[in-house]
Amino acid sequence: MRILMFGWEFPPQISGGLGTACLGLTRAMSELGQTVTYVIPRARTGAEPGHVRLVSAAEVPASAGPGQDAEDAASPAGALGKPLEILLRIIDSPLHPYLREDRYPGASGGAAGMLAPSGNYGPDLMAEVLRYGKAAGRIAAETSFDVIHAHDWMTVPAALEARRVSGRPFVYHVHATEIDRSGNSVHPAIFEVERLGMSLADRVIAVSHYTRGLIVRHYGIPAGKVSVVHNAVTRREAGPAYRAFKPPGKKWVLFMGRITFQKGPDHFVAAAAKVLAVLPDVRFVMVGAGDLLPQTIERVAELGIGRQVHFTGFLDGEEVERMFALSDLYVMPSVSEPFGITPLEAMLHDVPVIISKQSGVGEVLRHVPRVDFWDVDALAWTIVALLKQPDLAEAVVARSRGELEALSWETAALRVLDVYRGLLGP
Amino acid sequence: MPSVCLYFQIHQPRRLKRFSVFDIDAAGAPAFARYEAEDENRRILARVVEKCYRPATRLLGDLVASHAGRFRCAFSITGVTLDRLAIDHPDVLDAFRALAASGCVEFLNETYEHTLAFPHDPEEFRAQVRRHRERIRDAFGREALTFRGTELIFSNALVECVAELGYRVMLAEGAEPLLRGCSPNRVYGTAGDPRIKVLLRNYRLSDDIAFRFSDRGWTGFPLTAAKFAHWVHALAGTARVVNLFMDYETFGEHQWAETGIFRFLEALPGEILKHPAFRFHTPAEAAEAHPIEGILDCPGIVTWADRERDLTAWQGNAMQQDALRALYRLSVPVQRRRDPDLLNAWRLLQTSDHFYYMCTKWSADGDVHRYFNPYASPYDAYVNFMNVLDDFTERVTAARPELEEPRC
Repeated sequence: MRILMFGWEFPPQISGGLGTACLGLTRAMSELGQTVTYVIPRARTGAEPGHVRLVSAAEVPASAGPGQDAEDAASPAGALGKPLEILLRIIDSPLHPYLREDRYPGASGGAAGMLAPSGNYGPDLMAEVLRYGKAAGRIAAETSFDVIHAHDWMTVPAALEARRVSGRPFVYHVHATEIDRSGNSVHPAIFEVERLGMSLADRVIAVSHYTRGLIVRHYGIPAGKVSVVHNAVTRREAGPAYRAFKPPGKKWVLFMGRITFQKGPDHFVAAAAKVLAVLPDVRFVMVGAGDLLPQTIERVAELGIGRQVHFTGFLDGEEVERMFALSDLYVMPSVSEPFGITPLEAMLHDVPVIISKQSGVGEVLRHVPRVDFWDVDALAWTIVALLKQPDLAEAVVARSRGELEALSWETAALRVLDVYRGLLGP
Repeated sequence: MPSVCLYFQIHQPRRLKRFSVFDIDAAGAPAFARYEAEDENRRILARVVEKCYRPATRLLGDLVASHAGRFRCAFSITGVTLDRLAIDHPDVLDAFRALAASGCVEFLNETYEHTLAFPHDPEEFRAQVRRHRERIRDAFGREALTFRGTELIFSNALVECVAELGYRVMLAEGAEPLLRGCSPNRVYGTAGDPRIKVLLRNYRLSDDIAFRFSDRGWTGFPLTAAKFAHWVHALAGTARVVNLFMDYETFGEHQWAETGIFRFLEALPGEILKHPAFRFHTPAEAAEAHPIEGILDCPGIVTWADRERDLTAWQGNAMQQDALRALYRLSVPVQRRRDPDLLNAWRLLQTSDHFYYMCTKWSADGDVHRYFNPYASPYDAYVNFMNVLDDFTERVTAARPELEEPRC
């Protein structure tokens, strides 16, 4: 089968769970013999007029040629050792899966350190999403494929344009909704793009039953139109490479994720203060960046626990591995988490996890402690219990190991192929 | 006969390097060397020496010589800066020694590490002042009579403490909360201790040089020595003292050489002395020469900083308060260890600059704050400092306490 996929991020640049999931799924599909044309947005640093760049990932030379960004040379073949049938197509665009209207690079007074606005990009986020859709239409017109697969709202106009041009069916894969991200301060235009995508799509895939329920309840989509395909986690060949030095008895509790409303950083901090009142030697680490980072740091200061609660900003690659190796417990107190791959990554490092009941990953990790995100006392109590009773923590890890092994991107890819077949016929 | 009193502050902090959570508890250098951005500090000091300390001190030496005792001024050099100068730029230290030997230049005392120990740990404050007194006496051969607190911090309680330490003159900001409509150009006594005389910074005239000198939008621009002397001379009928206190880095670093700041400084003594009534005095001389003409009652803390003239730039927000609380909580444990490296590191972590970098007041003073801040944001500054402090606390805890008594 030939799939035109509108995805996000490509190694070495992976900044969040969405990029990780898109890549895991795409690789697995390719390994199952499917042909994937993988379209991603990436901002050109030197703003050239061209809108579409074509790079065949399997054919990329080891060193980038003249006029080619070095990052384009990244090949999935290099990571896995054998060439994959993934045709990487890059649309020149500053879109990023975690962009918000006010952080869009073209927005007035745009955030420091971000790209300078360019004449080629849309004046605001929504305009850029539509412009990106138009460029996607041109790719669709010159590519042959059987099905269109789009990940999350920013790629919806692109998928609809591709369907208009090609007449092929469109599968909308929902990794997160505006309800998860923004709770009570939903952005109406984004919500509307999502609703439109779900209504017009030929089929909707949700990453969990939790998310499926939310799609039915908040977006009014018939339950029968929504399939659930759980995410998986990519296993590394070697075990944890890092054995960082730690004084004996010093326990580290980890938060890793964007510091945004959705991820519940304030609940983590509130629980940390309660734990420290009982176990003053515990060290809490918050890995990630996001719009709530400054106020989260201020909250830590107000609680007088700045020496015990540390912030690292965004980490990637090796540093993430090191952080897992140092951690004794991973906490994901998300307010609303469609899935949540990081708890699985923590488990791969034998780090026990606590997740919120409002997290889809609980559907596949049935033996990990779960608390309501708002129940700070229960969270603190559970952290203390796991830290003080290594046997209990070990049991959580041991019982989750089997569940982890049952999870693979191949299984996920096979389920997705079933969804395609349902649309295309046998 | 009015006195013109010039005093220059010299301080360069020992800035911290980026100390990540992975560095905590890791093996490596002992005590402060673990935390210091040594290369950066060395580079910045070399730049300031090149642009300011060396040319300005040479110029002041010439002025002292050419005016044959009629030009006088004062310095306060923090202990941390003096130590670094002695190692990296001994010629600059020699130039200061020559100034001291002329008898025309007074060297003041303050806290060795430029700290805010006074409100947080008065006992530690006294220890730091005593160390600075010894360091200045050893370097320049004279016992100081005049004290200036970090950022010209001033309060009744501080006056009492400083008088007990043996000082007779203090410097303070000529700020409204302190003066309540009185003139900064007189010598005052204090409600805190009758032995102390206070000289108040004339902030308008001082900042005309320090902040506005090269401001093209300012009505006084361009500022010449003759024009400035004219403003000073206009105070002849009313002023007893005109106190011009500023950072030494004003000359060549904050105001670049190209602005003409050195030509201004070179011409200033001659222009001031054109008026027969005016004389230059060091702070101790000025206090001696004039009687007390009022009493300053200052129950709260006044500084020379920002519009508020208080400590909010150092301890105004929750991050600063958390950092200071966690740092001074180590006072007794550190003293008990009797480990000179730990004590030195703890003191260098007290340097006020670390807390200044955490300031979130982005008001009219925001630009000044940004200019001096090596961090991308006050949040980065706090996060980095707390990483360091966690590591340091672990080291203090790991060391065996040798003293049951809390103080050496």
